[in-house]
Amino acid sequence: MNSPAPGFGLIAAAAGKDSHVDPLAGIPTVDEPLKTKDFKTDQEVRWCPGCGDYAVLAAVQSFLPELNIRRENIVFVSGIGCSSRFPYYMNTYGMHSIHGRAPAIATGLAISRPDLSVWVVTGDGDALSIGGNHLIHALRRNVNLKVLLFNNRIYGLTKGQYSPTSEQGKVTKSTPLGSLDVPFNPVSLALGAEASFVARTIDSDRKHLTGVLRAAAHHRGTALVEIYQNCNIFNDGAFELLKAPDTRDDAVIRLEHGEPIRFGAEGQHGVARMPDGTLRVVDVAEYGTKRLLVHDAHAPNPEVAFALSRLADPSSLNATAIGVYRDVHRATYDDLLHEQIAAAVDDQGIGDRPVLEDLIAGKDTWHVDT
Amino acid sequence: MAKQVVQLDRVIIRFAGDSGDGMQLTGDRFTSETAMLGNDLATLPDFPAEIRAPAGTLPGVSAFQLHFADHDIMTPGDAPNVLVAMNPAALKANLPDLPRGSDLIVNTDEFTKRNLHRVGYDESPMEDGSLEAYRVHAIPLTSMTVGALKDVDVTRKEAERAKNMFALGLLCWLYHRPTEGTIAFLEQKFASKPTLLRANTIAFEAGWSFGETTEDFSVSYEIKPAPVRPGQYRNISGNLAMAHGLLAASWRSGLPLFLGSYPITPASDILHELSKHKRFGVRTFQAEDEIAGVGAALGAAFGGHLGVTTTSGPGLALKAETVGLAVSLELPLVICDIQRGGPSTGLPTKTEQSDLLQALYGRNGEAPVPVVAPRSPSDCFNAAVEAVRIAVTYRTPVIVLSDGYLANGSEPWRIPDLDELPTIDPEFATEPNHTSADGKEEFWPYLRDPETLARAWAAPGTAGLEHRIGGLEKQDGSGNVSYDPANHDLMVRTRQAKVDRIAASIPPLEVDDPGDDADILVLGWGSTYGPIGAAVRRCRDAGLHVAQAHFRHLNPLPDNTEHVLKRYRTVLLPEMNLGQLAMLLRGRFLVDVISYTQVRGMPFKAAELASVIQEAASDE
Ligand SMILES: Cc1ncc(C[n+]2csc(CCOP(=O)(O)OP(=O)(O)O)c2C)c(N)n1
Ligand code: SF4
Ligand SMILES: [Mg+2]
Repeated sequence: MNSPAPGFGLIAAAAGKDSHVDPLAGIPTVDEPLKTKDFKTDQEVRWCPGCGDYAVLAAVQSFLPELNIRRENIVFVSGIGCSSRFPYYMNTYGMHSIHGRAPAIATGLAISRPDLSVWVVTGDGDALSIGGNHLIHALRRNVNLKVLLFNNRIYGLTKGQYSPTSEQGKVTKSTPLGSLDVPFNPVSLALGAEASFVARTIDSDRKHLTGVLRAAAHHRGTALVEIYQNCNIFNDGAFELLKAPDTRDDAVIRLEHGEPIRFGAEGQHGVARMPDGTLRVVDVAEYGTKRLLVHDAHAPNPEVAFALSRLADPSSLNATAIGVYRDVHRATYDDLLHEQIAAAVDDQGIGDRPVLEDLIAGKDTWHVDT
Repeated sequence: MAKQVVQLDRVIIRFAGDSGDGMQLTGDRFTSETAMLGNDLATLPDFPAEIRAPAGTLPGVSAFQLHFADHDIMTPGDAPNVLVAMNPAALKANLPDLPRGSDLIVNTDEFTKRNLHRVGYDESPMEDGSLEAYRVHAIPLTSMTVGALKDVDVTRKEAERAKNMFALGLLCWLYHRPTEGTIAFLEQKFASKPTLLRANTIAFEAGWSFGETTEDFSVSYEIKPAPVRPGQYRNISGNLAMAHGLLAASWRSGLPLFLGSYPITPASDILHELSKHKRFGVRTFQAEDEIAGVGAALGAAFGGHLGVTTTSGPGLALKAETVGLAVSLELPLVICDIQRGGPSTGLPTKTEQSDLLQALYGRNGEAPVPVVAPRSPSDCFNAAVEAVRIAVTYRTPVIVLSDGYLANGSEPWRIPDLDELPTIDPEFATEPNHTSADGKEEFWPYLRDPETLARAWAAPGTAGLEHRIGGLEKQDGSGNVSYDPANHDLMVRTRQAKVDRIAASIPPLEVDDPGDDADILVLGWGSTYGPIGAAVRRCRDAGLHVAQAHFRHLNPLPDNTEHVLKRYRTVLLPEMNLGQLAMLLRGRFLVDVISYTQVRGMPFKAAELASVIQEAASDE
């Protein structure tokens, strides 16, 4: 084995320089386009037949080639849970870590290696229960990470206890008389945690899912993508209202940047802002189209996005908005850190051996001859 | 009139005052001047956990002890020869340690009725004859400082605050310390506040002149430099040495340093120090908690960097699960635990060695982790380098066990030549290392070096070596998930064997037994080296034949450990815990190790240990 150590000092410290122009700046690109099959591993996928995780895996594997970045520069880091087995099935670098800690581990990786595209795969229990602290701080810091939060509103791997996104009153093995606590709305939580990119999508809607993944990949900073994922074993049909052909049009609000917010099979419902500032679902025939809220994913202030996230019924999920709630540019933690490093090198010179020797010797030294 | 100059071979000074009196700074400055003179020295800062405990109270007393000599010394000293007491609380808290006949310098301005009452003195000890056994120097330090500053445009409060510089000036005169360093220090510290610079400089010089002119001090003292190995020297504290050791090891290995940490006493200074060194490409990350700190460091290690986390006992507890993951992932990771008194929050600013078993065994599953312990403040540099060497060479997390005494204490240090550092070679994998049955070249992350058992380490960005690792048990070689019972048994034993193999790369346990005829062996590990060494010296001076051996590596233990233990009739092991290493050695080697323990938050006193050794030796 020979040893191409990355060299003492700086690795691609200036990667952030063109980030405004190219959100993938610093990540090496491919010479030959990759294909879906390049991202598949030889490992047998072990989710239950019919699990929503399969659809997400397929969508990710088929969309990654379009980023034109090198496979060896992509890393998937996950926590623990059914969904967290994801990295084993991706032919990239990957780490299946410990329960809840993937955002912390990925943060260290992303900060050290700006030449990598780092993805976090996590579940509703992993991200919002044991790992809640890491998630909110990753969002606040805006480290360059893409977080795929597989929300099945249940603990799958431990066989069906309620989770922090389960509706109140949920009857599970650990809550035979119904759960007592109110669920988190992951989008509201992320917006409150200063997230610069927040989106929601559904496992069964491949096109929508892919569109959201694409938007997340092109966001420099922490992107939180909540994916409603069916666990057909322990919480089957959790999102049926949003999926069934006869209910979905009235239950799902599809957000499109720059478009008035309308939904329903005929676009008969709309979202409007009331004089008191709150958002309300209105009947378009009655209310007209002119005063409907136009979705602005790039609004600097997250208030309207937050209000949109509150339209959904916390229990049934009726009137759930999907799509990109928020996508704003904010300097990332890693880019800012690399700027500090670059500035220190500019000001003081690079820390090479003589500088290290001076540092270790300090200012007050004395010499002993004999 | 020139005063008499008396030669001394060693002195122990203790500065004691209120937390707000600047005693740590005063001690630090005196230490710097002493180091520059070439005396050997050792220091012991002792301060309260509260930032500003109520002024004038016993819990608010902050002290700094310094031992310096014309020969090599091993501890900050048991009892001071000189106590500087800035107020009644400082006097009351420290007088019990002061041997009769010692010098006592007292700031009489603070001995007001109110202050005396506050600490339970009904009458002033300055007047009731209770200090007759000491050479008392009653000096109105505060008012003399204020008087010296009457022409300087500072508030009364600012003037009073300069009294520590007056005291420092006086002590510098008394012990012939140079003054240039302190003047230069003040110039830097108050560069943007010229009036305060003037005030502090004048106070310092006034203290010096006072010593020169007052009748109170008829003699001054000289302590000659200590003979030491030739070389360039500096004074260094344990935490600073640790930070520099990590930097040096980063340079040596070519791996950029990543520190993920959450602030905790007494470890935070390492984070503070390394955060200053961006020009070396050091990335410091103040995480949301200890778990994130070690997690981020592990993430950086996965990325091919040198991942380090620094903490104290409570933080090590939180990091346990992640350290276990690192054991399973077989990635280099360095965890520095600067131990303090426990359990729980315990004694944050006091020292203890009670995390040994936590470091060795505090994880789920069979999760062996190498453990390295520095023996003195400057030795933290070597321990850090050694930890990095083991971590990188063997692809394993390594725990460094320092403690509050080493972290804050300081001593002169011969600055090492970077060429003396051991080789640290990450040997990253760059190409496939296995051919599959169908002839495909592939990368197996769990193929091992036959000698070290270190696995192949490929960093992301290396084309063709894409692989997945995780906390689930892995198939030997391929690293694929495996639930096979025989494979798990093999992997558990292999991870243990890998740690055991480290012993081949460490020196044997060295025994200091001058006549090769000692009846008793005194063992130790970590920061007890100084006190044990000083105690052994005393015993030898008294004619006892005593051997001493000190562990740097707690896991694996040096190969000759059993042999050494079985060579002596009596084996004594002092520890600042309830006998953790003693239990381990007894269990492992069936040797009747006598455990002597103290958990007082302070290092052992040499005199006490000497009598314990004498007693153990005579029990035979
Ligand atoms: C420290 C720790 N505590 C508990 C567990 C057990 N555990 C594993 S996965 C899990 C919940 C997973 O739920 P979620 O994140 O929603 O993932 P899903 O399986 O639903 O995809 C729990 C409690 C664990 N592995 N580690
Ligand atoms: S338990 Fe549920 S989430 Fe887990 S694999 Fe099965 S279906 Fe999927
Ligand atoms: Mg779940």
